[in-house]
Amino acid sequence: MILLLTSILAITLRAGTSLVFATIGEIYTEKSGVLNLGIEGIMLMSAVLSFTVSYYTGNLFAAVVTAMATGAVLSLLHAFLSITMRAQQVVSGLSITLFGTGMASFLGQTLGPESNSGYMIGLTAAKFETLTIPGLSKLPVIGAVFNQDLLTYIVLLLIPVAWYFMFRTKYGLNLRAVGESPQTADAMGIDVTRTRYIYTIFGGIMAGIGGAHLSLAYTPGWTENITGGRGWIVIALVIFSLWNPSRAIWGAILFGGINAVQFRLQASGAEIPAPVLNMMPYLVTIVVLIIITLWENRRRGTGTPAALGTPYQREEK
Amino acid sequence: MKADDSHIDKNSPPMILEMRGITKSFPGVTANDNVNLELFKGEVLALLGENGAGKSSLMNVLVGLYRPDAGDIYVNGKKVHIHSPKDSMELGIGMVHQNFKLVDTMTVAENVILGEQEQRFAPKMKEVSTRIREISDHYGLNVAPDCYISELSVGERQRVEILKLIYRGAEILILDEPTAVLTPQESQDLYKTIRQMTSEGKSAIFITHKMDEVIRFSDWVRVLKKGKLAAVKRTADTTPTELARLMVGREVLFNIEKDEFKPGDTILQLKNVELKGSDGIKLLDNLNFEIRSGEILGIAGVAGNGQVELTEIITGLRTIDSGSILLNERDRTNKSPIEMIKSGVSHIPSDRVAMGIVGDMSVANNLAMKGYREKPIIRGGILRRARILDLAKRMISVFKISTPSTNTHVKFLSGGNIQKTILAREIDACGDLLVAAYPSRGLDVGATEAVRTEIVKQRDAGRAVLLVSEDLDELVSISDRIAVMFEGKIIGLVDSNTEHEKIGLMMAGIK
Repeated sequence: MILLLTSILAITLRAGTSLVFATIGEIYTEKSGVLNLGIEGIMLMSAVLSFTVSYYTGNLFAAVVTAMATGAVLSLLHAFLSITMRAQQVVSGLSITLFGTGMASFLGQTLGPESNSGYMIGLTAAKFETLTIPGLSKLPVIGAVFNQDLLTYIVLLLIPVAWYFMFRTKYGLNLRAVGESPQTADAMGIDVTRTRYIYTIFGGIMAGIGGAHLSLAYTPGWTENITGGRGWIVIALVIFSLWNPSRAIWGAILFGGINAVQFRLQASGAEIPAPVLNMMPYLVTIVVLIIITLWENRRRGTGTPAALGTPYQREEK
Repeated sequence: MKADDSHIDKNSPPMILEMRGITKSFPGVTANDNVNLELFKGEVLALLGENGAGKSSLMNVLVGLYRPDAGDIYVNGKKVHIHSPKDSMELGIGMVHQNFKLVDTMTVAENVILGEQEQRFAPKMKEVSTRIREISDHYGLNVAPDCYISELSVGERQRVEILKLIYRGAEILILDEPTAVLTPQESQDLYKTIRQMTSEGKSAIFITHKMDEVIRFSDWVRVLKKGKLAAVKRTADTTPTELARLMVGREVLFNIEKDEFKPGDTILQLKNVELKGSDGIKLLDNLNFEIRSGEILGIAGVAGNGQVELTEIITGLRTIDSGSILLNERDRTNKSPIEMIKSGVSHIPSDRVAMGIVGDMSVANNLAMKGYREKPIIRGGILRRARILDLAKRMISVFKISTPSTNTHVKFLSGGNIQKTILAREIDACGDLLVAAYPSRGLDVGATEAVRTEIVKQRDAGRAVLLVSEDLDELVSISDRIAVMFEGKIIGLVDSNTEHEKIGLMMAGIK
């Protein structure tokens, strides 16, 4: 039993890593008032490009940097459209996802070596190996935490840092003000446009690392639709976390855990069909949204940035 | 009247702020036209003017929220460039806006340090709270640092705003209609706080349209009128009457033909009407009046004293808390807009673009927007385009609406023609009562005259008219009686031949 739990937790963390990266990023983006629905596209593009770089150079560092750059460029586009041009953020984000999905698929069929007729599918490249921490990894259940790859260790350390930065530093305070009341932030001398650009790009970079984790660690290699809709689960996870980075881990464990349990159940020939399990994250999100809405009137707030999705313009006349 | 520099004498304290030749225009409006301003150390300057006179806009230029088209700003004699609130704050200029700039979901202390450059990476909230308590004790700004803004009253929020500015070392405090939201007791406390500050060499500018505040509270007054500086006075050398005259001012009088005043039956009657805002403040307070057929009742008052709310309760856009509204002796209290329309109420709304038209629909469709529920425009649930066009063509010629075609989107018409479109639609379907809010606001001379003539025609045809206007000349020239509103009450109901000054004083709350 303990062995089973340990192994489920290990798979859960591995499956959740890409989700936590992207969720923390998207929480920061949304806290600044920008909704980026392009995460799915960014993760796909980063996954294919970082795998390609890893395949040709064998350099994992370069591969991750490529993923980060991909995220930065695509989210910069979203930032430009939604902050500077004041375009509809939903439309802009969806466009990036649609573009990213198609483009990643196309690149996956053209960037590969001639020996593979240009396909990236079916190739192997340098990947993040599991780094077992001696001693600690032998602990029952908890040991799972110490039997992970480098990116997973980084994300586990990142969670408290992301929480501290947002809720205990002046930059976090300014960020929250920008998403809550850009008029106030502006009047207090905070550069709303700059802040939104920074955190939208930061969110893109984080989603990029999340994408890289998929193709370089979780399921090494490139397959069509490698994300399996994770970019959308991230949007749901942000709400589930109530825009608090420290809660991102619970969402990721829940949804990563569903993945892990799904494997186990399928392996044991259980009755629950896979599509039912696949829809669980979304069902849970709907329930969470209902609860949030019910709460909203009673409590001080649930963390939803009041200005989320609204462009800011100073001279209103 | 022209402003000059002769008012500065040798004994004045040093000038800490000067604005020279500030001009700021928005599409279609000149908010500030070559305005000068001077502020002396340790003194309070009142900026007086009606709504839309350009007071807030001038101050928004000063704090860097708006960029002026022309003009210079000098602080302590040195020319400065203010591009953002950050710049103004660094120069020691801070503003308490009418809509408070506070983040509701954060605490007082968090709001106070928001955006502060010198703050350490991870602010020590205990130290911040201690400093806030010191300031609040010293200036009598009672507020708890750890409270969330959403838990505070309006008065408390204002204190947080002031505290925030003092914390950052503001030397010049700008207050935009600070007492509008305060109880008399809170206003007293505010005066004390400001006096404490000025005694320490800080200065204040406050925007207001209340005469008594100016007199009790300021050292200097600058009167703005339609974006221009109309007068500069030492408070000690002026009187409320003079200020009222300067603020309301005079305009060319129109001569509009109207029939002899022969009022008929009572059309509209309000009994003990009371309306409360969401914060419990009375927006309309015990209103009692009637309008008879063939009568125009003018509503005078400085904008924001309940006039718009009055038109909204009569047209069904707002529900009253107590009292009753009678139309032709039938109780029409708190009926929906459609019921009021069916009872014969026509409405020319105060915000004509937002409430009067659908900008992206054609002139023809906008004209049909009231009659579309009935034959002949509709038959069997289907709109009949030919009938709509007939109606539109007739109205365009009768009301002389200048439009390229019936298909032109209304938003492309001039303000005057938009207003004529609304008038045409409302008057064509008019029953017994016409409610017109600021019908000539922002219109040129020709359009103004057309609108006024049309309103008088309705009166001569035996309708009752409620006319809200901030233009005293308009009210005097076409109304039969004038009710002056102040803070939601009717402070006086007078004949239309009453002197301007008397009405002007009532508008300022002085009987």
